[in-house]
Amino acid sequence: MSQPTLISAQGLSVHYALRGGLIGPKPYVGAVENVDIEIASGSFFGLVGESGSGKTTLGRAMLRAAPISKGDVHFDDGEVSYSLKGLRKQDLKDYRKRAQLIFQDPYAALSPRMTVRDIIAEPLEVMGLTSSRAETDERVREIAAKCRLNVEHLRRFPHAFSGGQRQRISIARALVSGPKFIVADESVAALDVSIQADVLNLLKAIQEDMGLTFLFISHDLSVVAHVCDHVAVMYLGRIVETAPTRALFSNPRHPYTTALLSAIPSLDPDDRGKVQKLEGEIPSPTNPPPGCTFQTRCPYAIDLCRIQEPSLENAGTEHRVACHRWQEIGDQAT
Amino acid sequence: MSRLIDVENLTLQFDTDEGRITAVDDVSFSLEAGEVMGLVGESGSGKSVTAKSMMKLNPRNAVYGPETKITLHLEDGPVDVMSLQNDAEMKIVRGGSISLIFQEPMASFAPAISIGDQMVEQLMIHTDFSKPQSKELSIEMLDRVGISDPSARFGQYAFELSGGMRQRAMIAMALSTKPKLLIADEPTTALDVTIQAQVIDLMKDLVTEFGMGIIFITHDLGVIAQTADKVAVMYLGKLVEQGSVRDVIRRPAHPYTRGLLAALPTLEDIDAPLTPIPGDIPSPLERPSGCVYHTRCQEVVGARCSAEAPKFLQVDTNHAAACHIHDASGGAA
Ligand SMILES: Nc1ncnc2c1ncn2[C@@H]1O[C@H](COP(=O)(O)OP(=O)(O)O)[C@@H](O)[C@H]1O
Ligand SMILES: Nc1ncnc2c1ncn2[C@@H]1O[C@H](COP(=O)(O)OP(=O)(O)O)[C@@H](O)[C@H]1O
Ligand code: SF4
Ligand code: SF4
Ligand SMILES: [Mg+2]
Ligand SMILES: [Mg+2]
Repeated sequence: MSQPTLISAQGLSVHYALRGGLIGPKPYVGAVENVDIEIASGSFFGLVGESGSGKTTLGRAMLRAAPISKGDVHFDDGEVSYSLKGLRKQDLKDYRKRAQLIFQDPYAALSPRMTVRDIIAEPLEVMGLTSSRAETDERVREIAAKCRLNVEHLRRFPHAFSGGQRQRISIARALVSGPKFIVADESVAALDVSIQADVLNLLKAIQEDMGLTFLFISHDLSVVAHVCDHVAVMYLGRIVETAPTRALFSNPRHPYTTALLSAIPSLDPDDRGKVQKLEGEIPSPTNPPPGCTFQTRCPYAIDLCRIQEPSLENAGTEHRVACHRWQEIGDQAT
Repeated sequence: MSRLIDVENLTLQFDTDEGRITAVDDVSFSLEAGEVMGLVGESGSGKSVTAKSMMKLNPRNAVYGPETKITLHLEDGPVDVMSLQNDAEMKIVRGGSISLIFQEPMASFAPAISIGDQMVEQLMIHTDFSKPQSKELSIEMLDRVGISDPSARFGQYAFELSGGMRQRAMIAMALSTKPKLLIADEPTTALDVTIQAQVIDLMKDLVTEFGMGIIFITHDLGVIAQTADKVAVMYLGKLVEQGSVRDVIRRPAHPYTRGLLAALPTLEDIDAPLTPIPGDIPSPLERPSGCVYHTRCQEVVGARCSAEAPKFLQVDTNHAAACHIHDASGGAA
């Protein structure tokens, strides 16, 4: 890959302590476990998996908004370079400017008494990035225009807006500090398809225009297939497969990826009943199954899977998969 | 097949602080026993309100249009739903012959009563079963929908179950009274695709087994393609297209349906651009004149579109759409 890595995680774990456990080891939720991930500068990187797989937590850890229990995250945009774990206060302040989250709904996340202008301006004011109100206004107007919000919109309150417009407000707020890295967590999940297409096109246009790097979290694989260049699949806190989008969708290697793809309802009415159904549900991360975490639902599980956890292996160009049997299974399928 | 329900000229308005809004405008359709009808459209198009009208379940600020006629065909003869007045009469439609499943089953289960007790209570109100019989049937239904260890689950509360299990329990409860019509309002929208696939599979099995009619409401055309026999597409309270699932998805006759399909990301062609429908859905307080879709339509055929409401016209056998494109008469304008 020609582009340098903007942000990467090495052996990253996020553990949340649980109550109890006076005797023996302290119980915890392993929301993210030993994740290695590299996101190239300028990438639109997708993160998929069922709910509870740890997508939000991984995204937040990369923003230094979730505790890093083990491992580290490294950020390097050419101007600054630092490890997030031991970040000093001054550097953390600087990082907030460079890495931003797009809220799912600004109306739910923010005070209903703030105007759209104030919502977008807040990061500038909190971080002290502008020196006068005029400068703030100028910056807000410029970003708002990129997100197709006009001066009239800026005076109003978010409750007066449709879902698509609210999402554009969120995007503007995330962009106003001039970040390099953006985490978009289920940014289009609540939108109708016609509006969803509009917001996705806007995100792509902004990314290209401003040279941004995106971590795009979504439970919708069809959306990810259309907008992302790379994809990582998570299951129970682990990355089980990662690949360039085309390779992942045309040649999935992990049984979990295959199952996720096959569960998407096809638009072809004559394609009914062809889904390869995944039984059961994702187990609790408090007490993950031993060996491969997917073994309780995997149709290919063998004894080895119940004892030993597979690690990510190369399965092609930039294609990595964590499964003991990926080669055999691939050979069977073809 | 035999006719299950006829909806004729359903019009429904709501009195709100900002004025009277039209939620459903002159909608007609019918459903046979054993048939699955998909009802699609963006949020606010009137899908839920239409479904609730089958049971006259809309809140007190709802005003039905005078032409509205809903006929439910039961074994004892047809029932005129709009004429039902008090709770006692309402029992005919709410008393188990029509069941509802919602997107969020949490809202359907009382938090402080166990799932089993709620199922039993419902059966005892709507059927002649005794308490032990009701309990036995409830456990049988929980088992039938794939809930493991049903006798133990019987005593659990809704919050103790996962989203997928709760939706299964909801289906078990809805089907235990052996309804003739099942209305499923976005039943899989809140679920992961993997769990959605399980629930859809389950519902298909149950339709075959119970032979009931289903109105399946969703905004997901893929789900429709996988479940429905026929489809009705709604926009801003109007029925804009209706036909078999194959016709509507493969040969959409209304510009709105075409717009929905063009905006939809699919795995069949991941390089296809996603084309949004321009503009936002208008507020129900400002319903556009003429064709309600004309403010966003990319196939407008002239001044007629904003002046005159298109008629619902047959475009093929069992396939109809409300669009001037299909009206050869040229109209008044
Ligand atoms: N603050 C927290 N405290 C305890 N557990 C948490 C916390 N945040 C997330 N979790 C748990 O971590 C797991 C992963 O959650 P999340 O990252 O939200 O997954 P996803 O976004 O993929 O749905 C879940 O089991 C969730 O319950
Ligand atoms: N109780 C109510 N009072 C006023 N307006 C309502 C009420 N219920 C629904 N509406 C309005 O009716 C229209 C149709 O709503 P609904 O049937 O819920 O749409 P859908 O299910 O297609 O998303 C919307 O404009 C909605 O705001
Ligand atoms: S390691 Fe074993 S259980 Fe895990 S995905 Fe591969 S075959 Fe299945
Ligand atoms: S009647 Fe006119 S505005 Fe309405 S859908 Fe047809 S072409 Fe478009
Ligand atoms: Mg999440
Ligand atoms: Mg609804």
